[in-house]
Amino acid sequence: MYMTEHCTFTLKETELKSCHVILRQDLFIDRTVCFPALKGRVYLGVILTPTPKMYSHGSESLIKQAREIQDSELQKFYSRLLKLLKAKEFGHETMDSLQRLHLILSANKYTKTLPAELQRKLSPLLSSPSEQLQVLSTAVLRETLPLPGEEQIYNQENIHSYSLLLSQCSSRTELSSLCTRLLRSLENRQSENQSSSLTHILPILNTILTHSPERLTEDQVTLLSKKLVDWLRYASITQGGAVSSGGFFTGPRSRQPVPIAELDGTVSGDFFTVLCVGQGFTEDQWMNVYSFSMLRHWLLTFHSVPSSVSLSDTDDRSEVDGSVVSMVSATSSSSRLLPPKERLREKAFQYCLRLIEQCDRKAQKKSDTELQKACLVEAVCILDCVCTEDSSLVYRTFPCVKALFGRLSSDLTFARVLLPIAQFYLNHGEIAAVDCDSVWQLVFSQFPAELFNDPFLAYELLRFLRLNVENLQLRVPQYTHSFPNLLKFLAWDGPAVVDDFVDLLPSLVTVDTAVELLHALLDLPCLSATLILQLRTTSTPIAEACGRGLLSLDAFRSPSFRGLFLYLLRTETGSGDTIDRLSTLHELLTEASDWPRVVQCAQTVPVLLHIFFNTVVKVGDVKLLAHLMLVMLERSSLLLKLPTYTTEIHRVFSCHLLRLCKLHPSLVVDQSHDLLEFAGTTANAYSKEEVYTHVVWALGDNLSVSCDSRCSVKLITSCFETLEAVLFEVTSSAPLPGAARPAPRVITSLMSALAKLASRSHDLIPRVSLFLSKLRTVARGGPVPWCSSGEDLSAIVTRGEELWSLLKTPGVAQSVLSPAAHTTTPRWHQDTNLSLPLQLRTLTSLTHTR
Amino acid sequence: MVRCFLIHTVVPVQTLSSGDSRVLYSRSFGPNELDSELSPEDRRLLEKERMLLVVRQVRSTVSLSREASGKPVVEMVPGEETLALQESSSGVIRLRAGEPFPEEMSAIWLAVQSLGFTLVCEAHENLLLAEGTLRNLVRHCLESLHMLGQGSEVLLRSHRIDALLNRLLPHGQLLFLNHRFHHSLEKEVAAYVTK
Repeated sequence: MYMTEHCTFTLKETELKSCHVILRQDLFIDRTVCFPALKGRVYLGVILTPTPKMYSHGSESLIKQAREIQDSELQKFYSRLLKLLKAKEFGHETMDSLQRLHLILSANKYTKTLPAELQRKLSPLLSSPSEQLQVLSTAVLRETLPLPGEEQIYNQENIHSYSLLLSQCSSRTELSSLCTRLLRSLENRQSENQSSSLTHILPILNTILTHSPERLTEDQVTLLSKKLVDWLRYASITQGGAVSSGGFFTGPRSRQPVPIAELDGTVSGDFFTVLCVGQGFTEDQWMNVYSFSMLRHWLLTFHSVPSSVSLSDTDDRSEVDGSVVSMVSATSSSSRLLPPKERLREKAFQYCLRLIEQCDRKAQKKSDTELQKACLVEAVCILDCVCTEDSSLVYRTFPCVKALFGRLSSDLTFARVLLPIAQFYLNHGEIAAVDCDSVWQLVFSQFPAELFNDPFLAYELLRFLRLNVENLQLRVPQYTHSFPNLLKFLAWDGPAVVDDFVDLLPSLVTVDTAVELLHALLDLPCLSATLILQLRTTSTPIAEACGRGLLSLDAFRSPSFRGLFLYLLRTETGSGDTIDRLSTLHELLTEASDWPRVVQCAQTVPVLLHIFFNTVVKVGDVKLLAHLMLVMLERSSLLLKLPTYTTEIHRVFSCHLLRLCKLHPSLVVDQSHDLLEFAGTTANAYSKEEVYTHVVWALGDNLSVSCDSRCSVKLITSCFETLEAVLFEVTSSAPLPGAARPAPRVITSLMSALAKLASRSHDLIPRVSLFLSKLRTVARGGPVPWCSSGEDLSAIVTRGEELWSLLKTPGVAQSVLSPAAHTTTPRWHQDTNLSLPLQLRTLTSLTHTR
Repeated sequence: MVRCFLIHTVVPVQTLSSGDSRVLYSRSFGPNELDSELSPEDRRLLEKERMLLVVRQVRSTVSLSREASGKPVVEMVPGEETLALQESSSGVIRLRAGEPFPEEMSAIWLAVQSLGFTLVCEAHENLLLAEGTLRNLVRHCLESLHMLGQGSEVLLRSHRIDALLNRLLPHGQLLFLNHRFHHSLEKEVAAYVTK
């Protein structure tokens, strides 16, 4: 409960006890802790800081001790442990010391090497009769390195040795020799009745398969496929001993064989699956579980090995002897003539059909109901996998998958099962000529709208979209139209899903949807707040007074604002790019600005906007880009008021406004009316400094004949006059008390823009020069009301003087302030003889020679 | 397959810098960095760093998710394991390829008060099954290591977790276990703990 540092403190009686316990708990049993207690007052050098429960000071101190242990102490500990391990009997102390050794080794980031003698004493423990010793020695050995030259000493055939071998394996060659060893032991153990279980072999094989599937030979694939067929399809259909294999009691009790049962308690009439229950299980039933658990991965990977053409061996068990004829396999009696891989595919198919049928039964245990769902997911995924491998299975599979969809689609608790079904429809719907609309209705409309707050569904649905994005874009028009709905995942749990949207967003940007998408992204925090309100409305009845009265909740319930919220909650595109009363909506949601979920969501918007703009310049035409430019100008003052949100968005807008203008300089002439209106509004210079300076910059840079031949003197003059008026206003009037002063950057960018425009229309030069000279006079006269910092003011004046002297030589001014496009191309910067700095230096020397 | 199972803190620990977590238990399955030039020491170090990276991500996800939900974390005492599990929050994080595993992974987490339990599994894994398995593992850990209390059994009896994983998650393999299979494994685990 308390962390220690040096200081004095007072403890209550009860706290004293707990503190004592903690301090006594030491890494080494033989070290006692001195505890000078003085009736409620203790001098120990401790400061009290409550730490969260479940992670006590004791644990922290143990880890610290393990990390800071001195070498001499460690050596003493090693030799004591060695002595214990040399004894004939291992007692509690041995176990305890081993556990502490493990703690010391694992708490340290860098590997500690054990004395060779100690290490050699540890490896025989792997096959000790005591499981505790096996587990502990494995844990310790896993944290150390094998002795040089003795890497392969863990040759006992038990789960612990294998686990060590796997974790210390460093090359694929080692893995494949381990694989050969395991398969040989599988082969040799065909019908023997040995005590140790086979079960651990399959997971190890699956691990090897994960790490180096290409290492399997064709024979190995054939062998394992045959084995899997046996375990999957022909496991015993009577219950095993009263206790599972490997339990306390060995030897089956003598009694009549009892058939296995289904999850609803009825006697099972078909082959054994993971959804069959009994009092105990036989080894092949355990193998059935292990086989099914690795089946999908096996089916996904084994086709990387070339297929065998030979027919299967005759020693396979047939469907009639010793097994039941399955309802689901009645149509495929010829399957045993298939080659092993095809045969496994066929059996996997049958197994899945049976599982799907078994999932229809009402399980007696809640945990089994959950398992049924997981089995449905697995079964549909396996069916998808076998159908991909062998398209002739599609026709046999679709009726079953279709029926399953029909059965589950009305129940949203099965949503996560319906996703693999959607994947199946997407992969095979075309071959089977099946109508998929109801599937997409569910995935794109109902799921996001109703299950946006389920983190697992969100993850799986977005993963489904990510994996199939190209296919969906091409074949499922509902996908791009459903973005208002899909964004609900982002609005609800931004940090968790933003990564997926980084990948998905480009696919949602199309010429038709771009404008609506931009508005939707900007209003994402509003959507976030609305979803919170929606959930609160459904969870708390109107009559109930909930905590504090939320004005936004009242608004959400009010019929007069219903339309605004419904617009945000729309499930698909097409009801207009945005709404008229956006500012009303923002006002209604003002109180949401400090809701953590809304704030988190707002933080994801800038990065998504960057992605949006980077994509839209690739897909959009000039007309669309012009529209987006206007949206940016308009929305820069129409955002939900969140701390820093507006600034962040303005920064993104500024960056992309300039990029758009650079990409299509004629956009500035096209949109000059709106840009000038924006730049001519003095208030914008104060409230939207970032966007404002960039707009001014873009005007100054791009209003020139070299950018667009339509750029007339009249346009340049009108722009000049607009900017001049603003500059005059911000530098002549004192701001009202409490109001902000214009940013120095706004003033300098206005001055630069004016100078640039004047350099293109020389009639304007005297007007700029007059202003600049006035500015210098005013600044020399002392502090000015519109600029508080002397440093800023002198920077502004310096810039003014530079521009002024440039403009004295109009030809020079033009080449510096409106350089031809080819001078700013990268080649010029790379070429030291022709670079702009060099050009500038030459010009400077010319202007200063007088 | 599951790549690793971790138990770690998800709240600030005074002795650590903010954002850092203590890993109380970690178990990775299978080999790592096959055929690399790295020495065995470096491979171990790399693995430890990888796990720390995962833990850091889970920790920030948990705090963001707790902040967003606005629900206070209720303290429980030993004996209330079922309730603690009901009150826990959980979720899943996507670990992009190379961040930090070479292939894409999913990290499923479950947070009980100040501790987080995390399973890192391959991206194609059945998450419903993984979620159920994680819940089971957490329940067993809470109960058999008295983790709702003040002790340090998670450090001093970590072999119990090893034994539990050997059965419920052998070599990282997620298993489709119905309640009867589960029951027989649970009996073995219980026998191991009482031995």
